[in-house]
Amino acid sequence: MPKLTVDGIEIEIEPGANLLQACEAAGKEIPRFCYHERLSIAGNCRMCLVEVEGGPPKPVASCAMPVADKMVVHTDSPMVRKAREGAMEFLLANHPLDCPICDQGGECDLQDQAMGYGAGRSRYLENKRAVEDKYMGPLIKTVMTRCIHCTRCVRFTTEIAGISELGATGRGEDMEITTYLEQAVTSELSGNVIDLCPVGALTSKPYAFRARPWELRKTETVDVMDAVGSNIRVDVRNTQVMRILPVNNDDVNEEWISDKTRFIWDGLRRQRLDTPYIREGGKLRAAEWGEALALVAQKMKASQPARMAAIAGDLACGESMMALKDLWDRLGSPHLDCRQDGARIGGGERGDYLFNSGFAGIEQADALLLIGCNPRWDAAVVNARIVQRARHGNFQAASIGAPFDNNFPCSHLGAGPGALRELAQGGHPFTSVLQQAKHPMVITGMGALARPDGGAVLALARQLAEKVGALGQEWNGFNVLHTAAARVAGLDLGLLPGTEGMDVPAMLEAAKSGAIDLLYLLGADELDLNGLGKTFVVYQGHHGDAGAHRADVILPGVAYTEKNGIYVNSEGRVQLGVQAAFPPGAAREDWKILRALSDAVGMTLPYDSLDALRARMIEAAPHFSNVGVAQRARVSPLTDPGETGDAPFKTAIADFYFTNPVARASAIMAECSALANEMKKKAVRAHG
Amino acid sequence: MGFFDRTARSLLLGEFVSSFWLALKYFVKPKATVNYPYEKGPISPRFRGEHALRRYPNGEERCIACKLCEAICPAQAITIEAAPRQEDGVRRTTRYDIDMTKCIYCGFCQEACPVDAIVEGPNFEFAVETREELLYDKERLLSNGDRWEYEISKNIELDAPYR
Repeated sequence: MPKLTVDGIEIEIEPGANLLQACEAAGKEIPRFCYHERLSIAGNCRMCLVEVEGGPPKPVASCAMPVADKMVVHTDSPMVRKAREGAMEFLLANHPLDCPICDQGGECDLQDQAMGYGAGRSRYLENKRAVEDKYMGPLIKTVMTRCIHCTRCVRFTTEIAGISELGATGRGEDMEITTYLEQAVTSELSGNVIDLCPVGALTSKPYAFRARPWELRKTETVDVMDAVGSNIRVDVRNTQVMRILPVNNDDVNEEWISDKTRFIWDGLRRQRLDTPYIREGGKLRAAEWGEALALVAQKMKASQPARMAAIAGDLACGESMMALKDLWDRLGSPHLDCRQDGARIGGGERGDYLFNSGFAGIEQADALLLIGCNPRWDAAVVNARIVQRARHGNFQAASIGAPFDNNFPCSHLGAGPGALRELAQGGHPFTSVLQQAKHPMVITGMGALARPDGGAVLALARQLAEKVGALGQEWNGFNVLHTAAARVAGLDLGLLPGTEGMDVPAMLEAAKSGAIDLLYLLGADELDLNGLGKTFVVYQGHHGDAGAHRADVILPGVAYTEKNGIYVNSEGRVQLGVQAAFPPGAAREDWKILRALSDAVGMTLPYDSLDALRARMIEAAPHFSNVGVAQRARVSPLTDPGETGDAPFKTAIADFYFTNPVARASAIMAECSALANEMKKKAVRAHG
Repeated sequence: MGFFDRTARSLLLGEFVSSFWLALKYFVKPKATVNYPYEKGPISPRFRGEHALRRYPNGEERCIACKLCEAICPAQAITIEAAPRQEDGVRRTTRYDIDMTKCIYCGFCQEACPVDAIVEGPNFEFAVETREELLYDKERLLSNGDRWEYEISKNIELDAPYR
C-alpha cells in the first residue's frame, strides 16, 4: 500500500487510488467540478489542482493522478491557491453570473467554490459567449450558457443510464453539450443529470423557479414507486412536497433514482382523498369518520367471516398490512391477499421470493438470465447496475420473455416457459454459459410469475438455478425482482390466503358471482373492479383512483411521504419511511384507521401506538427488527415444477409512468408517458 | 454674596431683565418646529420608509423572484411565491407580500436586492385605520413603485457615489 504525505499528514491508501481520494482520506477538501466518484475520470475542469513535491514545477490535476509511494502533496500552498484562482477565473469568464434567477442558486458548486477558492473580483471586460438552449424533454430544463463543460451528464448517460444520446460538439469556447437530434432523453434515469450538474445548466423543469433550497424542510425516507426501496430525500415547503432527491445508499440505489421516483411529487397534490365518503344512491357524499366507520362495522358484523375478503395494495406500509392481517384473523376470514397482480409467490421460505444476491451482487455476477423481466421498467436503478456490470466486460446476459428495449448487450432466448424448460433441462448453449460462470444469476420478474402457472415457472427457474450452481454456500444468484413496494413486507407478514382462502383472482370472481359480501381494499387499485355486483366495497387509500371509483365507503389514508412506515424492498431489506409532510384534511394514518375500525367492530386490536404495532410486527416476523439490513434468507427444498402453460411471458408493467395511483394523478408523469408513446410510434414508423 | 448685592439686584429687577432678554432672544431666533403636515422636514436619500416594487422604464417589473429579500428579512415579514410567467416562462413572482406590521424597516431587503426592485422609499405617511391594510401585496407594492418612482430613482442616484 502506497504511503504518502498530504499537508504533513501521513496516510496509507490502496494502490490505484488517485491523489484526490488520498487528499480526501487525509481530510483535505479538494474543489472539483468534473470529478465524480461513480463516473469515469475526465480531468477537464482543472479545479482539483494540487502541488506535488519533486515533480514538474507545475500543479497537478489530482483527480487524474494515481498515487505513488512517498509522494509529498500540498493542497494549500501559494502555488495551488494561485492555480485554483486561475482555473476559477477561466470558468467564470464565460459563466453568465445570473445566480439570482438560477434555480441552482444556494446549492451550486460553482457558487460555493467561487466563494471558497475564487479571486473575488473579475478582470474580464469582454463579451461573454451565449449558447442556445437545448431541448431535453419535459423533465430537464437547460440553460446552456451556464454550462462549464464538466461532461458529467455525458458520462452519466453513457456509463450508467446506458444510452448515448448526450454528447459534446466543438472544442474550447465553441464546445456545446447537446442531444444531437434535439429530442427528449429516453432514459428512465434522466433526472439524475440534474443532480450531477455542478452548475445551473441542467435543472428540473417541473420544479423551475418554485422554491429555493433554504426554504425547504428536508426529510430522508424511502421510495415506494418500485420494489427497489430507493433512499430518497423529500423536500417540503410549507405543506407541499416540492421535490424528491436521491440519498446515497451503496447497497440499494447508489445515488440514483428513477424519473418516476423523482418527479412523482405533483401527483401527491392531485386527486387526494381528504375526507371519508359514503355512497348513497350511486353518488358519493362526504361523511364524518364516526359515521363511515360505523357503517363499515355494521356491514362487517352483518356479514359472515367467510364472505369477507381483503386485498392489500402495492404502496401499503408494513404497519397497515399487519393491522389488516390481525383484523382479518380476528374476524376469522381466510380471504386475504397482498398479491393484487396474481403473482404465484410466497408461503415458503423467504429466499423463494427475494432478490437473494442483493442489488450489489450484480457487480459480481458474470452471467445473467432474465425471465419475464424488463429491468428498465421494473427497477430502473437495478438496470443501471446491470449496464455498469456489462460495461466492465466478461459478462453475458440473456432474456426470456417479451423483448424489451435493453441498453446492455442481451440475447433473446425465447418468449415463454418452453424456452425456460429447455434451459432447465440442459443442452442449451446458454445453460453452459451459466454453468461455466463463477457467479451465475437468474432474475425472475413478475411478468413470468403473475400468471396462473407462475408457481411452476418459478420452480423451473429454481431448477435451472440449482443446475447451474447459482445457489451455493457463498453465492445465491436465484433472484426474484418485484415491482410492488409493499409486496415483500406483505409476504413476510403472511398476507396470504389462509386455509381454503381465496387469492385475488378468486376473490374478484367470487365478488362477481355474489359469493362474498364485503371487499376491503387497502390501497388496491390495479384491479379490474367492474361488475362486482352488490359487493360492499370499502376502499382505504389516499388517491381517488380505480378503488375509490367503485367504493361504497372511502376511508382516506395517507401517502408514503406523510407517514412513518416500514417497507421491505426486493432484497428483503427492511427500511424505515419517515413522515415528511402532513396529510390533507381529515385523512389519517392507515394503521390508525384499521385500529379505529377494529374498535367499531368490537374486536379491538391490541396496539395503541406505532411502537406497540412495530413490536407486534417483530413478533410476527423477527427480521423486521433488523432495519437497513438484507438478511440472507433460507430457500425451500427444490420441488418438481409440474406443468406450465405455453403462453409467452408478458411485461409486468404496461406503462412505466403509470404504475400506481400517485403516478396516475401526476401531470408530469402523464406528459412523460405521452412523449414515450409518441417516440415509440415514431421509431416504429422509421424502422418498420 | 453680601446683603447689598442681593438688595441691589432685586431693586434693579435683575431676574426680570435676564429672563426677558432670554425670551427676546428666542423670539428672534429661527424656529425648530415645522407646521406638519403643511410643512415637512428634509429627509436623507437613504431614508427607509414605505416599501415599493419598481419597474424598468419599459414597464417590465424588476423583481425576478430570487427570494434574497425573503431570506435576509430578520422579521420574516416578506413572503414570496414564484413560478415561470404564463406568457413567456420567465422567472417572476406570483405572490409578493410584505407584512408591514412585522417589518422593522432595517433596509436589508433593498441591500439584498440584486436588481433594485424592492426599495424603501421616502414615504412615511401610510398610517391606516385597520390592521389588514398593512398587509401589502404585490399589486400594492408595484403601485407604490409607480407612484414614487421619481423620488426613488433620484434618491438612488444621490446615494450611488457612496456605494
